Amino acid sequence: MALEWIFRKEQPTKDPYGAPGTGKSSMISVLTIVALLGGWWLVTELQLVRPLFVPSPSLVFSKFLKIACYDHYTQQLLVYIGARTEVVAECEGFSENPLHQHILASLYRVFSSFFLAVVTAIPIGIAMGVNRIARGIFDPPIEFYRPIPPLAYLPLTIIWFGIGDFSKVFLIYLACFAPLAISARAGVRSSSIEQIHAAYSMGASRTQVLWHVVLKAALPEILTGMRIAIAFGWTTLVAAEMVAAKAGLGVMVLNAARFLATDIVFLGIVVIGLIAFFFDVLMRQLERMLVPWKGKI
Amino acid sequence: MSAILTLQDVSMIFSAPAGGGSITALQGVSLDFEPEEFVVALGASGCGKTTLLNVMAGFLSPTSGTIMLHEQPISGPGRDRGVVFQKHALFPWLNVLENTAFGLKLQGIGMRERIAIAEENLSLVGLSEFGNHPIYQLSGGMQQRVGLARALTTNPEILLMDEPLGALDAFTRENMQELVLKVWQRTKKTIFFITHSVEEALFMATRLIVMSPRPGRITHEYRLAFSRRYFDLGDARRIKSDPDFIKIREEVLSIIYGGGIEE
Repeated sequence: MALEWIFRKEQPTKDPYGAPGTGKSSMISVLTIVALLGGWWLVTELQLVRPLFVPSPSLVFSKFLKIACYDHYTQQLLVYIGARTEVVAECEGFSENPLHQHILASLYRVFSSFFLAVVTAIPIGIAMGVNRIARGIFDPPIEFYRPIPPLAYLPLTIIWFGIGDFSKVFLIYLACFAPLAISARAGVRSSSIEQIHAAYSMGASRTQVLWHVVLKAALPEILTGMRIAIAFGWTTLVAAEMVAAKAGLGVMVLNAARFLATDIVFLGIVVIGLIAFFFDVLMRQLERMLVPWKGKI
Repeated sequence: MSAILTLQDVSMIFSAPAGGGSITALQGVSLDFEPEEFVVALGASGCGKTTLLNVMAGFLSPTSGTIMLHEQPISGPGRDRGVVFQKHALFPWLNVLENTAFGLKLQGIGMRERIAIAEENLSLVGLSEFGNHPIYQLSGGMQQRVGLARALTTNPEILLMDEPLGALDAFTRENMQELVLKVWQRTKKTIFFITHSVEEALFMATRLIVMSPRPGRITHEYRLAFSRRYFDLGDARRIKSDPDFIKIREEVLSIIYGGGIEE
C-alpha cells in the first residue's frame, strides 16, 4: 500500500537506540498538507458547513482570479493558466484595489519597518552586548514593551502619529525591534574567550577584536533574530492595517470580514501565510550562504 | 645568553566571589626562559599551570611580581607572545589560510605578503594543501595544526601552548608531539608547553617544571634531552620505552601522585 511505503521509507531501522525524533519528516508533512486541503474540499463538497463559514476551495480560487486580475492582459494570462472565461468576466478587485496592490502595500509596510528595525535594533543590541552603559539604558524599555501585544499600543501610535502610513510602519517596526535587539545582544556573547584571547595575542586592538571576532561570531544569532523579526512583522501586519488603510492584505481581510465575504478572508490568510513562508525560506537560504559554519563548531 | 622571558616572584591570588576567602593560584613563581628552550609545565589539575600561562600571555595581570620580555615589563597580551589553546580557538568564518594570516591582516600587511607568509607557516605544519578549506571540515589534529601555524605567523619571541594536544586522540597526539618538535627544531622558537601527560612532558621538554597545587608553585625542575635524542634517532616509541625514560617517568609520577590523592 502506498501509505505503508511512505512511512516505511521514512523510518530507517539503522539506529533503534538513537536519539528520539531523528529522520526526515518532509513526506509526512506533505501528507498533512494534502489531508488538510482534502478535508477542506470534502467538507464543502458534502455541504457539511455553509459556505458563509467555510467557502469551498473552488470559490476561493475563483475569487482569487476575480480580484487578482486588473487589466486585459492579466485576464488573458489567467485564462491561459486555466481560468474559465466566465469567471474572469469581471475584474473587480477588492476595496477598489486589485490583489497585487494589496500585496505591494503590505510588503512595503512590512519591509520598510523591517529595514528600519535592522539598521537601528542590531547596532543597539550589539552596543548592549559590549557596553554596560548601553545595556543599562536600553534594557528596561525593551524588556518592558516586548511582551505587550501591539494591539494594546496601537491606539497610542494613532494618537501620536495619526492614521497615515507612519503609525502603521512604526507599529510593525516595534514588533521587529525587540527580537532583533535581543538576538544581537545575545549574539555578541557567542565568541569564545579563547577566540578573543587569540586575537589579542596576535596583536589585535579592542576595536579589532570587536570587529573581526565578536561581530563575526554574532552573525549566526543575528540572522536567526532577523528570521524571527520578519515573522513578527507579518503577525503584526493585520493589527497595523486595522485603522484607515486603503490597501493592504490586512485591510483586505478586515473589510471582507465586515461584509462576511469569507472567501476573501480565506484568500487573504492564505496569501499572508504563503508570503511569510516564502520569506522564511529565503532567510534560511541567506543563513546557509552567510554563516555556513553555524552549528558545526 | 640573556633570557627572553623572565618571571620574578609572580603570585596570583583570586578572591572568591562570595563568602570571603581567596585562592592562591600561583605563589612566588620565578622562571627564566632562555632562547630555544622547550619548557614544559606538568602538574595535576588546579596547580596553576594555565594561570601561569595566562599571566605570561598577559591575559591576567599578576597580584605581585614582574614579568619581563627582553627586560621590558609586559603590559597585556601582544604578538611577541603567540598562544596556542587547548580548544583550537580558530575563526570558523575564515578558511585555513585566512585564519593563519589573521595576525598579519591586523598589522595591515598587504594581501600578497600575507598569503606568502601564511602559506610558508602552513607548509611548516604540513597543511599547504588545505589553505582553502573551511575550518569546520578539518579534524581536531588538523585544527590544532592551524592554531600552531597561526601563532607562528606573527613571528613571536615565545610560543605559549596551553595543553594543545589535550583534546586529541592517542594516535593523533603522538604524531602531533613529533610535529611540534619538528616545528620547534625548524623555527628555533622558545616554547612554553603545558600538559597533563608525564610521557609527553618528558619526551618534549628540554626543561621540565613540575607544579603542585594549593598554593600553585614550582616544586621540581629537570633538565632533559629526550627531544634532542629524538632528532638523532627519529623514533619516538624507542625513546619513550628506553629504560632511562621509564625511570624518570616513574620518578615524576611518584612526585605528582606521591602524596596520595589529596582531597
